[in-house]
Amino acid sequence: MELKELIQSSGEWLRGNGPEADIVISSRIRLARNLAEFPFISRATPQDRVQIERILHDAVITSNISTDLLYIAIDELAEVDRQLLVERHLISRELAEGQGRRAVAVDKAEKFSLMINEEDHLRIQVMQSGFNLQNVWQQINAIDDAVEQKATYAFHQKLGYLTACPTNVGTGMRVSVMMHLPALVITRQIEKVFRSLQKISLAVRGLFGEGSQAMGDFYQISNQITLGRSEEELVQQVNDIVPVIIDYERQARQFLIKESQEELHDRVSRAYGILRTAQKISSEETMHLLSSVRMGVNLGLISDLHIADINELFIHTQPAHLQKRTGGELGSADRNIERARYLRQYLNKEDGAQRAEKN
Amino acid sequence: MKCQQCERPATFHITELTGGKPQELHLCEEHARTYLTSAPSGEAGGGGNMPPALGQQIQQMAIGQTAEELAQLDQQACPVCGITFYEFRSQGRLGCPHDYVAFQTQLEPLIVNVHGESEHVGKRPHRAANSSEMRTQLIRLRREMKEAVEGENYEHASELRDQIRRIETEQAV
Repeated sequence: MELKELIQSSGEWLRGNGPEADIVISSRIRLARNLAEFPFISRATPQDRVQIERILHDAVITSNISTDLLYIAIDELAEVDRQLLVERHLISRELAEGQGRRAVAVDKAEKFSLMINEEDHLRIQVMQSGFNLQNVWQQINAIDDAVEQKATYAFHQKLGYLTACPTNVGTGMRVSVMMHLPALVITRQIEKVFRSLQKISLAVRGLFGEGSQAMGDFYQISNQITLGRSEEELVQQVNDIVPVIIDYERQARQFLIKESQEELHDRVSRAYGILRTAQKISSEETMHLLSSVRMGVNLGLISDLHIADINELFIHTQPAHLQKRTGGELGSADRNIERARYLRQYLNKEDGAQRAEKN
Repeated sequence: MKCQQCERPATFHITELTGGKPQELHLCEEHARTYLTSAPSGEAGGGGNMPPALGQQIQQMAIGQTAEELAQLDQQACPVCGITFYEFRSQGRLGCPHDYVAFQTQLEPLIVNVHGESEHVGKRPHRAANSSEMRTQLIRLRREMKEAVEGENYEHASELRDQIRRIETEQAV
């Protein structure tokens, strides 16, 4: 499989049909692992990095975790291609912007990715559409077992898996659920929800992880603690809290429908109208409007669009995706024109099936 | 008295009264300037991508320690990778798996503050943990062998090479 094939498709996690998919975009778990016999990345020499990459490359390739694996040397990629992988959530910004030898292995359905030489030697992540953490945990556990047969992980009797940052030590696990919470934002209840999450040591992040803004009303809820609880307990903690937040969001949506149906319908319709007619549009405005449209589809206020299409638009209107599509480097003004053109073309078609062919 | 952040003599003695307990700082001119011109939380733990939970804990570590204690802890180095505790404090990233053993005294309270626990109860690799620790010693042995070769101490280098090979093959993957 080649990198260029990725742009034609969308990741499994965007298909928008898992459990609670109207509110939960995706369920994701990552594990941080290090080889015992090399320094952590910040202390590794360029030669260390090359050797770590070789060992993990062989471990991943021979572990039979997938029959259709795309292995990409990140340090040999053009900047736009690295950005493309970040936009698809296949690699982190840290890996994209890092130094020296680094790589990622991705399966064709984009259900999992293994980052090599990120903050830790190995970062395994598994993603799935909708709210389905148990399934994700089973998959990532199996991948971890398969790789572990081929490599000696740094592990301490008492402290567990050893990581470059002590905030990840123990399980090295981060469980996160990406949620779309526009009604909680409109009704100004979102801050309250965050404060109560922080009290039970859960973290809230934006669409692209640590330090990113909550664009398009997307929020990632994840565990903060990694030590002293089993992987199952960590999954369970997030598993228990997400339905509560889903419930709040549903109540807020019902409140909006009951108290101000016209206003809500107007907001959604205007958003849809702008996206279908604008001649230039920024990424930020696009996210903001798509968020309203997405809620409108979920509430039955818009009937000619599928959730999977909107999910895809969130990703395909990002800068690197636009540039790959047009095949050239675009400045931000040109991107805004191209983004508007792409949105018009996509949203003004009647048949979803034709879209894929045309683009 | 030495500067808390480098080897030069401390000529500035600052008592920080903001943020809870008073905190004593002893710095050389250069580090005092950096400290005074940076944000209120500018002592250590300012590294660009430090997780907020860790940054806070690192800052708190400095409180309640005397300057001498702090300087002593800071200068401790890991025998395997050579990183000093000060380097960890400023970057928020450890140098190798052995740091968890080498800096145990300093890291334990920090880990308990972050996680509320001190012991792993989750999954374990199928391989024994002592084989992991043995392999981490390879970092030190490889470094020592390189140094021996550079110092033209070939006899010692070949001993080290044998030792490395033994560990590598004994637990071959």
